[in-house]
Amino acid sequence: MPKAHLTFGIHVENPCAAQLDCRSPEGNHFPMSTQLVMYEEEFTKINSVCDRLTKDANAKVVFLVDKNGQLISASGQTRNLDTTSLASLTAGNVAAMGGLAKLIGENEFPNQFHEGAKDSLYMTLVGTRVVLVVIFDNRTSLGLVRLRIKKASDELSKIFDSLVRKADGPGIGSPFAEITDADIDNLFSE
Amino acid sequence: MSFINYSSREINCKIVYYGPGLCGKTTNLQYIYNKTNPETKGKLISLSTETDRTLFFDFLPLSLGEIRGFKTRFHLYTVPGQVFYDASRKLILKGVDGVVFVADSQVERMEANMESLENLRVNLGEQGYDFNRIPAVVQYNKRDLPNAVSVDELRNVLNPRSVPEYQAVAPTGVGVFDTLKAVAKLVLTELKKGG
Repeated sequence: MPKAHLTFGIHVENPCAAQLDCRSPEGNHFPMSTQLVMYEEEFTKINSVCDRLTKDANAKVVFLVDKNGQLISASGQTRNLDTTSLASLTAGNVAAMGGLAKLIGENEFPNQFHEGAKDSLYMTLVGTRVVLVVIFDNRTSLGLVRLRIKKASDELSKIFDSLVRKADGPGIGSPFAEITDADIDNLFSE
Repeated sequence: MSFINYSSREINCKIVYYGPGLCGKTTNLQYIYNKTNPETKGKLISLSTETDRTLFFDFLPLSLGEIRGFKTRFHLYTVPGQVFYDASRKLILKGVDGVVFVADSQVERMEANMESLENLRVNLGEQGYDFNRIPAVVQYNKRDLPNAVSVDELRNVLNPRSVPEYQAVAPTGVGVFDTLKAVAKLVLTELKKGG
């Protein structure tokens, strides 16, 4: 059986787990009932911040991952990268390090740096919910990457805040509210 | 937690296979991986020990097709079943949309099944989920073994919510896709209600 390996397509997903804490009037948690939705406007802004960070930091790849392992955005040399697996493993790593942090009395480790022989990886938490990952090589420096990440992270934080507000606003329903049982059945008809 | 992206027209959901050690969670994913069309799946990642016991998780991304123009993707995860990996199990439940509880039908594993189910209840609660409401399916695995307990007995102790249940022999694929389809359907139905 294959061990840990990588490669699959790109997709975009769940940016908001702030809603993990949603409660019903009875005080129960109902996380399943509140989906997060990404809209064109915010998606474009997020992609543009990631593109700019790739250039400004002279990085190979920049990607943005939800803490649940969903890829939100990927920029740079992603063609031969399995971004789906990267996203899942990033989330696993951040979750494990978060668990370790709590064991030693820290809330989180907001920044992580992993140095490889050729490529290195820098991860930083954006808000409480998203992880910004930069892969870079010796054409740039850790100092520059950190500097650029700080600026991008602040910008992304604002975009995600506005996304959460928008999702909480009136008139935003799930497109899935309109699907029928037949639509779901059709997905499984062979 | 599922995520809907209007821009790329995608919906992604997370399903976690839970159950006691050696019940067949990884085997379920391996069978799905081996039998799925290459265009619809990503790579199967297994973070396991040298003896092939799951250390952190297995991960398999699957595309199921489109609903109303939205690409529907499921991320399948397993947890490490061994009791002492509880901290890892909690982490993997974060953001889950649906759960498959894989039970080992062998009589000597009944206690382990019950312990794992209780562990699932506790860990879901810690993540802010209600065990009694989350989309879930029970799979009675290893039905081919001579020491398998009757399904009635298993149901009595392992399916208190009377959720959909399937008998399975994971290495040969019996019940594997039925289980997956059932949980995927429940997750999508929940999304529909959630809207």
